[in-house]
Formats: sequence, structure tokens, C-alpha cells
Amino acid sequence: HTHSYNPKIFNSCLSVSPTADIISTVEFNHSGELLATGDKGGRVVIFQQDTENKSQPQCRSEYNVYSTFQSHEPEFDYLKSLEIEEKINKIRWLPQKNAAQFLLSTNDKTIKLWKISERDKRPEGYNLKEEDGRCRDSTTITTLRVPVFRPMDLMVEASPRRVFANAHTYHINSISVNSDNETYLSADDLRINLWHLEITDRSFNIVDIKPANMEELTEVITAAEFHPHQCNTFVYSSSKGTIRMCDMRASALCDKHSKLFEEPEDPSNRSFFSEIISSISDVKFSHSGRYMMTRDYLSVKIWDLNMENRPVETYQVHEYLRSKLCSLYENDCIFDKFECCWNGNDSVVMTGSYNNFFRMLDRTQRRDVTLEASRESSKPRQVLKPRRVCAGGKRKKDEISVDSLDFNKKILHTAWHPQENIIAVATTNNLYIFQEKVN
Amino acid sequence: MKPWPAVCPSNCSVRPLAPSPAQLAAWLQSQHTELSTFTHCNLAPSGRGAAPLIQHPASKHAYVAHHQRTEVTRVLGCHSCCRIDMFSKGTKRKFSDDGDEISDESLAGAQVSSSYSLQRQSLLDMSLIKLQLCHMLVEPNLCRSVLIANTVRQIQEEMTHDGTWQVVTETFCGGSQSPSERLVATEVLCRSREQDAEPKLFSVLSYEGCREEEVVTDETLCSVSVSDTASDVCLSESARHCWERDEFVEVDRDDEACESSRLGPGDDDDDDDNDDDEVDEEEESSRVDPKTMGQVFGTFEIKNSAPGPDSALEELFSDVDASYYDLDTMLTGIQSAPKMGPYDLLDSLAPSHGPPSIGSPSNCRSDLNELDHIMEIIVGS
Repeated sequence: HTHSYNPKIFNSCLSVSPTADIISTVEFNHSGELLATGDKGGRVVIFQQDTENKSQPQCRSEYNVYSTFQSHEPEFDYLKSLEIEEKINKIRWLPQKNAAQFLLSTNDKTIKLWKISERDKRPEGYNLKEEDGRCRDSTTITTLRVPVFRPMDLMVEASPRRVFANAHTYHINSISVNSDNETYLSADDLRINLWHLEITDRSFNIVDIKPANMEELTEVITAAEFHPHQCNTFVYSSSKGTIRMCDMRASALCDKHSKLFEEPEDPSNRSFFSEIISSISDVKFSHSGRYMMTRDYLSVKIWDLNMENRPVETYQVHEYLRSKLCSLYENDCIFDKFECCWNGNDSVVMTGSYNNFFRMLDRTQRRDVTLEASRESSKPRQVLKPRRVCAGGKRKKDEISVDSLDFNKKILHTAWHPQENIIAVATTNNLYIFQEKVN
Repeated sequence: MKPWPAVCPSNCSVRPLAPSPAQLAAWLQSQHTELSTFTHCNLAPSGRGAAPLIQHPASKHAYVAHHQRTEVTRVLGCHSCCRIDMFSKGTKRKFSDDGDEISDESLAGAQVSSSYSLQRQSLLDMSLIKLQLCHMLVEPNLCRSVLIANTVRQIQEEMTHDGTWQVVTETFCGGSQSPSERLVATEVLCRSREQDAEPKLFSVLSYEGCREEEVVTDETLCSVSVSDTASDVCLSESARHCWERDEFVEVDRDDEACESSRLGPGDDDDDDDNDDDEVDEEEESSRVDPKTMGQVFGTFEIKNSAPGPDSALEELFSDVDASYYDLDTMLTGIQSAPKMGPYDLLDSLAPSHGPPSIGSPSNCRSDLNELDHIMEIIVGS
């Protein structure tokens, strides 16, 4: 049950961008200046923060479209007679090393490294050709000149630099760049591979949970991530609600975990759906590297990496759905994979829910709030009103009853600016960007 | 009031086909209820048999372990009776004449357990359908399939432990349970993996110095049976073997039968032989005795895009189809009882829907049309 909590945080909607296709991933880069979104059609759209008013740090920012490109195309696997979707499952930015930006984007089977670079000058004054490219008649050339760079309208180019293909039999669900900035991992349902960013024709398999006999398969990998500081450590979560931490120094093949994080099941809540709702849909390390957060169907859990037997904090996202699990199983909503994210200083975590609701859980103040990303409540400078869901009994004014929730409107993907209180929330058809209003 | 979406356009590549899983589940449910033994006080032929499974507002969970008390559900159509689940533990029922107050403890207990069994059964059917449907799609989501298969296994285990599974299996094959327990889930998983089987020509060159991808396919052909009752694959397979011998006796070849019928991921399996075996058995049994209970539990095989036995497949389905059309024949020997309409289960699960539709005898005909439709879909894909 949510508290009546008037958030001073997010009440200013920066922008609502209708999308061409359903957004499937959202990710800020390391500075927060760029926000990348991937969609079901294989496109990547990058937004850039407006830096004009940098002198006033607390004023409104704007995010405008910076670059759009087609990252993945639909493919057809002839061996299996199956289509390979072009939907972008994940985007991860590389830390910036030079003027250009690099990101990894992946669909079910192939990971691509894209370089996004700006061009705002072009050479002019060639001797042998005209400005439009036509060749000059050599008999008319009487003098020589040195071509010079002249400014031009800013052009943002995206070019594929590497294609990492043919390494995954199953669907890729995660990619994670290592803190060494040289390697990254890609995880599918049963295997995790380690790549070097420069080498595309081979990868190392570091986790393989495929049973010898596929009939014995009861568990799959659902998410994986490298530790933000320790380049030898990564975690992967499973459909049974466990998280395994592995140390790559221990052995080449990390089938044996060095830590297993699992909370014992609560017997009073046991039902046929217990396993399904315990399946972890997302795992994220905190920026500090001391904690990690997992999202299962009904809750968010914060784990201390030093304590394996239970999480240190558990937050209910939408507990009122517990009595509706059968219907949610029937309409497949119970398999929705919600993501979660930390804010810059790890004090607040955020995750999505149904009816275009998203939840912000303040760890330090022990408060939580439900907000809605909708056109009606997101006019510029309008205060976002906290929402409340009535689980049963008498419905108070302004509350929404569980039965009127729209389960087609789900927020699966959210992202938080690494330094400022700016968040990006993706609904089915729109990308919302909210900012903390300070005054 | 926004309705619950009947089919959720989820973010995974689920492209649902008509009819919705709920409808199929409910239809399966109705088939199952036909086979349960009924004691009915007044055989008033109301169109609906059991009450809709109303979710009690006070109970936190849709499904509770059946030792917890929940409010008893009334039976519509005959308010002074309750349905007895075929597999409940043999408690005799009395019905009170005044009808409205069911105060008898054991009666309440039986209703609780029968309603729980009903719910569990419908969950099992729904899960089997979900697994079925996902194999008609382009790219099945492995995580979802595994979770559903685990749910099916869980239900099977529980039904085995409280004896309901044992009753079913003993009746027909009296055989070992472990193959039958494993089979539904494994068969289904096997089927689910068939699409994602290791490709035959994986580029091993890419993996110098690393673990190599297996080059051989580890799944060849997986066939799946979808039963219209709680019976699982092995059960139906064994059942057919039973009836080949024309008697309901324990079959020694149970395990073997189960093994061979299960086209698992064995690399050394000979696909074609297995296919032929199954096709033959199916055809045989369907011709043996259409009026036996075997027909009721009869199954149809779905083979995924297999080269070869397509013509046999057509033949196979043509046989099974005909028998399914004749519901009345199937139900000979069983007390005819009012059936639950196909949408009752859906209603019970989603109380926000409008009031449950009152069924009518014409539901019987519409069920047959549903069946036609479903068969077309499954065969046609």
C-alpha cells in the first residue's frame, strides 16, 4: 500500500515523444548527456541533452533527437526456418574515450558495435573537382590552392564498427560492458559468452547451464551483468529466483558460482505460481558496487554482496496483483519482464508497473511513490500526482481499483540519469522524460 | 471499468491464435468434467453444471493449498448439491433438502477440495495449451516455456502425491509413474526445444580455443500429444497399448512404450521409425474400439514439420476427427451431466467481467464447433 507521499522529485515533464514503434530498451550514457532508445523495429534513436544553459545547473534541460539509425534488420534463419526478430533487446554505452561515442546494441542473435560521430566541418577548395564533386577540366586549372576545412551543419553519423554474430543459439537477453573497457559479456537463455571488443570472430563461453539432456531443463538465465569496478566479477540471475556471482579468476568456465544469492521461499505464500513470480527479470549493480538489485514479478530486492542468504531490503511493487496471478498467467502478463534502475547516488530505485504506472522507492527515507506516465498528467511544469491503487474493499477518492488497471499499458523500461534527477520512462507508444523540479 | 485483456500483446513475440488460451482451457475443462463421476440429486438438465469458480474476495490468493479453508462454492443449477470430483478421497456426500445452507463440515471440505482440484485441473489444462500454442509461433520464448513446463510438473507432482494422479494412471496402465510424471513436461520441453535445436551446421571455426558448439542436433523429431483431459502423454500412449490388447490390464511394456513414444533428444534415435510406430499405433487404436474410454482419452499427435509422414498425418487426423465429433458416443456409460460452458472458467477467473453467461443446451453444439475450429488450427498450422 503506497504512502501518501508528495514527491518533490519528479514533477516536471520535459518531453513526451511519440515513438514509431514499441520501445524495447532505454539507456543513458555515462555522462547522461545522451539517451539511447531501441525499438521493436530494430531502430536506435539517440537523444541529446540541451547544454545551452549549463551555467544554471538547476534549470530545465531538454532532450532532442540527436541521431537515428537502423541497427538491426529482420533476418531469416534458414536452418531452423525461423525469423530472427530485429527488436533491440539491449543497448549499452561504452565509456567515452575520444570525440566519438560508442554503443553496443543487440537483438536476439547478433551484437553490433556502433560508432556515433559528429561532423561539423568539411573540406573545401579541391583542385581537381568542383564543390559538388564533378571533375574539373584540367585545362582550366591555372593555379593551385590548398583545401581548407569550412564549418557545415552538424551531421551525426552512425556507423557499424563491429558485428559479433553466430555465438548464440538461444535468445540474447543481456549485454554488459566490463570495467576494463576491453571486454563485454553477452548472455542468452543458457549460456554466457565473453567477447573482446576488437575481436569478432570468436568469443569465450564462460557459463553454460544447458543440461546434457534438454528434457532436464528447468532453469534459464534471465539477466547478467559485470561488476562496475571489479573486472573479474559478474552475476547472472535465473528463472528460479537465484543470482549467481562468478569470479573469472577462479576458472575459465564459471559454471561453479562463487556466491549464490537466494532467499528461502515463504511457505505461507506458496502457490503454483510461486516459481514464475520468483523468476528474476532484471539484475543491476549499484553504482557503488556494494549492492545489487533484482526485480521479480511482484517485488524489488536489494542484496548486499556480502550476504547471500537473503536480501537486505525488499520492496513490493504491486502486491495487489498477488491475488490475480491466475488471470495474469492466463493472459501471459505474468511473464512480463520489468527492468529496474538505480539513481546516481544509489539512494532511490525505480521500476515500472501496469497502467503506465512506475514506482520510485526511496531507500534512505523509506518512502515510496507511484507515478503515472500519461499524456493527461504530463503537461510541462505540471506536478506529477502520486497514484494509489485500491486492492480491495472501499475505494477512496482518487484511488484506482485493481480491476480497472490496464494491463496493456505496461512500463518495462526505465532509466535514470547518472548524475542528475532526470528519468526516462518508456510506455508502449511514448518516451517520457521527467526532471526534478527545483524551486 | 477496463476489462482484463483476454490476450496480452506482450513484448515477446507471442502472436496468439484464436481461440484464446482461456477458451481452449475452458473447453478442455469441460471435457474433463464430463468424465468425472457425478452424483446429482436432481438430474435437472440445466445447461451448466458447476458453479463458476468465484474468487472469494477475502482470500488473498487465487489458488490456496487445499488445507486452508475457503468459502464453499455453490453449484448452480442445483443449489442443493455439490459435484463430486472423480478423484476425491471417497467421502460420501449428502445433500440437504433446504438447500441454502450447507453446514455439513465434510460437505464443505469436499467442496473445498473439489473446487481446488477443479482449479488445479484447469491450471494444468491452461498450461498445456500455452505450451501448445507457443510451438505454433515463430520463435518460442524459452524462459516462458520452461516456467510453464515447471508449473505443469508441479501440478503433476501434487496430483501424484495426493493420489489423484495415481488413480488415473492405475486405471489405465497401472504402470510406473515416473515416466508419466516426467513425460508431459519433458515431452513438451522437448517439443519446445525442437525449434531451437542446435543447428546442424554450426560454424565451429569461430570457436578456436574455446568450447565448441555441438555440431550434431540434439533434438530430432519431437512429437507431442495433447490430451483433452488430465491424462498426460504417457498415459495416453500406454492407454493405447492397453487397448490394442483389448483389455484394461497392466501393460508390461509400459516403460518401453513410453520410451519409444517419447521422441526425445537422443541422437541415436531413428526418427522415421519412431514416427511410423506412433502413427501406426494411433491409427490402430482409433480403429480398435471407438466407444471405449480409450477414445475419450484418445490423443492426437502433432508433429512439427517433419518430412515424410505427412500423408500418414492426414490419415491420422481424419481418423481422430470423426470420433471426436460424436460427443454423445464418447460419453456412453457415464452419467450425462450438465456441462460447464466454455466461458465459465474465464468468467470465474476474471470477476471484473460481466455476469457469467448462463449456458444453454446449445452449448453442446457450439462446443463441437469450437472443437472443429481448434482442430483446424492445430492441424492447419
